Amino acid sequence: MDACFPRHRVLRFASILQQAGKFSIRISLANETTSKSGLGARWEELTLGLYDAVRFLGRLFRQAVSRPFDFQEIIRQCYEIGYRSLPLITLTGFVTGIVFTKQSRPSLVSFGATSWLPSLIAIAMIRALAPLVTALICAGKVGSNIGAELGSMKVTEQIDAMEVSGSRPFNFLIVTRVAASTLMIPVLAMYCAFVGLLGSFLNIYQNEKTSFVTFIADAFEQISFLDLGTSLTKAISFGFTIGAVACYKGFYASNGTQGVGKAANTAVVLSMFLIFMEELVIVQVSNWLR
Amino acid sequence: MAYEHQIDYDQRVIEIRGLYKSFGSLKVLQGVDLDVFKGENVVVLGRSGTGKSVLIKIIAGLLPPDAGTVDVLGRRVSELSEEALRALRLKLGFSFQNSALYDSMSIRENLEFPVIRNMPAMNKSSLNDLVKETLDAVGLLNKIDRMPSELSGGQRKRIGIARTLMLKPEIMLYDEPTAGLDPVTSVEINKLINEVQERYNTSAIIITHDLACAKTTGDRVVMLFEGKVAKEGSFQEVFASDDPEVQNFYNYNFIQ
Repeated sequence: MDACFPRHRVLRFASILQQAGKFSIRISLANETTSKSGLGARWEELTLGLYDAVRFLGRLFRQAVSRPFDFQEIIRQCYEIGYRSLPLITLTGFVTGIVFTKQSRPSLVSFGATSWLPSLIAIAMIRALAPLVTALICAGKVGSNIGAELGSMKVTEQIDAMEVSGSRPFNFLIVTRVAASTLMIPVLAMYCAFVGLLGSFLNIYQNEKTSFVTFIADAFEQISFLDLGTSLTKAISFGFTIGAVACYKGFYASNGTQGVGKAANTAVVLSMFLIFMEELVIVQVSNWLR
Repeated sequence: MAYEHQIDYDQRVIEIRGLYKSFGSLKVLQGVDLDVFKGENVVVLGRSGTGKSVLIKIIAGLLPPDAGTVDVLGRRVSELSEEALRALRLKLGFSFQNSALYDSMSIRENLEFPVIRNMPAMNKSSLNDLVKETLDAVGLLNKIDRMPSELSGGQRKRIGIARTLMLKPEIMLYDEPTAGLDPVTSVEINKLINEVQERYNTSAIIITHDLACAKTTGDRVVMLFEGKVAKEGSFQEVFASDDPEVQNFYNYNFIQ
């Protein structure tokens, strides 16, 4: 891909598009000289950013299906990303379940419909909250961790050292982390839904004395396979996004320690933004299918 | 100290012609021509910012050239596929300025890593023997299970060189091997560079602005000025020049 579309050709393409767009820039902006340089730089930055991201994704998919497969490293990363995030996900999921139940109760009480609480909580947790809360927590914890780790490896030339020793750093560092993140976020999201429902059950049991069997039966009455499938699709897509964005930002970090901080920070911000965008799209598609 | 090594002037291991490299408006290399012969240590001297490190990064395929050609062991680096470049890199050893040790791994794991990644079939006991033999060659066998953060700058440099030697390279590229080291440790590193040349029969490019390093390790010295080769020859030939730039360089290093 690099051979077909080298960076200088992309820059040339960007410049042609920029030239084509000058007419509208002239109309809309009075001070052309100042604006041109600012807009030109931004346009070039955006084009190159998109080009680098597409090239990164192309390389990621290509390397993911080519040997050697680093299963041992994928398992180690699953432990780092999955197991080490468990305490945080347990706490967040549990608290979310309790708080959501407590805040939903007054509205249902006014309709005399507290028996709907388990199904309401299950719909909220499984359809929306579990994948989203898990993804946002992991974007912060896992994304910043990967961004900073790879960023510091990049600026201290450790990645270059792997590259010049023929050690395939892309497979070892990137493919393994993205694979682990794509595998672990759905598992953590399911776990988050489970502890969230557990928190909710404890609160409902305390107030309404509902038994566990009744709670589970009520909770899953309104849950369809489409809900489970949508939730799983969201979690897989969020997991891939967190891993890919953090690896991309870390792998291309520059400018010393400042670059490491920037890589960690933008890994979190960009993956959170993309998670919300994906949530919007997937929910829309699932509503069409419903 | 005299080191026994043979230079084969009929065999070029690195051949660079008309090499140009810029970063935005900053012109770094402006038409560099350079040959390295088999078994030869070439020292590239120059002030900071003259593109010395960029030169060896282009040789290793870490940076693409803007113009010109770089042939390493008869292969044109810029035209190689990803896999062919990886195969060529196995014959190159790159010693980084800040050693670039993998700080999450022990010294043993650092040395094992390139071998495990490139020769997964090697059995554990052979690998262990190779690690011990290589660490012994750089005089740090007793640090085998330490972490990089527990080592001094000179020791880290030695381990960095040892890690590149694990794959028995034909060409060594040293980026500022004595930068940031005290004079005694620098002498030890210079000695190690010569021992590597003799023991592993390597050719090398040594990037430095340390004239003691250049004098001790270089069979030939190349001076870069403003992105071009300005002087070339033995250490004595280069510094016999009355060129003010060369003399300033010499006077600063030897405090005259």
